Amino acid sequence: MREIIVIIMGAVLVENFVLVRFLGICPFLGVSKKLNTAIGMSGAVIFVMTLASAFTWLVYEYLLAPFGLEYLQIIVFILVIAALVQLVETVLKKLVPSLYKALGIYLPLITTNCAVLGVALLNVERQYNFLSSVLFSFGAGLGFTLALILFAGVRERIEMSDIPESLKGLPITLIAASLVSVAFFGFQGLFQ
Amino acid sequence: MKALKTFTNGLVKENPTLRLVLGTCPTLAVTTAAINGVGMGLATTAVLIGSNAVIAAIRKIIPDKVRIPAFITIIAGFVTIVQFLLKAYLPAIDAALGIYIPLIVVNCIILARAEMFACKNSVPLSIIDGLGMGIGFTIALVIMGSIRELIGNGTIFGINVTASLFDPAVIMILPPGGFLAFGVLIGLLNKFTSVKIKKTGCAGCNVQCGVYAAGKEGDA
Repeated sequence: MREIIVIIMGAVLVENFVLVRFLGICPFLGVSKKLNTAIGMSGAVIFVMTLASAFTWLVYEYLLAPFGLEYLQIIVFILVIAALVQLVETVLKKLVPSLYKALGIYLPLITTNCAVLGVALLNVERQYNFLSSVLFSFGAGLGFTLALILFAGVRERIEMSDIPESLKGLPITLIAASLVSVAFFGFQGLFQ
Repeated sequence: MKALKTFTNGLVKENPTLRLVLGTCPTLAVTTAAINGVGMGLATTAVLIGSNAVIAAIRKIIPDKVRIPAFITIIAGFVTIVQFLLKAYLPAIDAALGIYIPLIVVNCIILARAEMFACKNSVPLSIIDGLGMGIGFTIALVIMGSIRELIGNGTIFGINVTASLFDPAVIMILPPGGFLAFGVLIGLLNKFTSVKIKKTGCAGCNVQCGVYAAGKEGDA
């Protein structure tokens, strides 16, 4: 039990994927302007990240490793993720239209989201077992959500404030992200 | 003449990091030291030249509908080659860059060049474009890396500059420093040059990765 909490909380707070590891910065900067789009995007990321790492773990363990094909890891992982996103999109559209409506436009984004490929690669690098991989990627997705939602709030406040002309837009967003990142830095050494 | 224009385009006018603001993940993540910027930049350049060349060579054979998966597979192949070359010959760089080397696959600069340049132009011109874009990316990473290393560690490329004068501000080589350095750098570019960067380059990039489409609701 303790191990489960350590893996999930570690992924959410200590090595937050966006603010500490710099994975998935594009959607973080692109989709965090409004709270409701941030929530939609986060839902899609948690969903696909957990599924993708379960699939890539199985593919690595039962297809690549037994035949000594570990060197194909990058190509196979990116294709598995791309195919999975397609599949999820088609299945959701047919079976759960309401969920598809909520997550639909965010799904294609996820193929090129480096956080999803990153979590799959980290699972292999750290030699997690199946359960730990799934928990770690679920935690990573939660961390992404936390960062995105917190930051959407910060950005809504920035919109209202008076900012020097040359810092408007992207620069002030990055500087604000730096301050949020400092806050997350406080969680370093929470475990161990 | 056209070749020269293509080459310099990536260096200044359409510098992928400092003008188009694409590929922000490696820009922020690996620039804790100037030397890492060189390593990451050159690794990306190698992949970019290779993928641009192959995509330009087979651009007439790839069916339009499956071109994006085809591009990604070609890019992933080159990333694998670069990763193994680094592991064999430059293990120190490979260890410093970690999972950001395999993540070159999803660096949108590479897919954007495949989609916007290599699939419409000849092989030699695409190679030159890859070289220009790659070097532009490398320069930007080295600038970021030098700033962070100088303030955060008092050195540039490991050479002592201000370390003996005062205590360095370690925060700059930690994650928050990455966001801060990049934000201030773009702010300074806005202030002192003719470029005005208000948002990431996603709006000007026609690869359908969806960041822009999803962000448009929130006006990315």
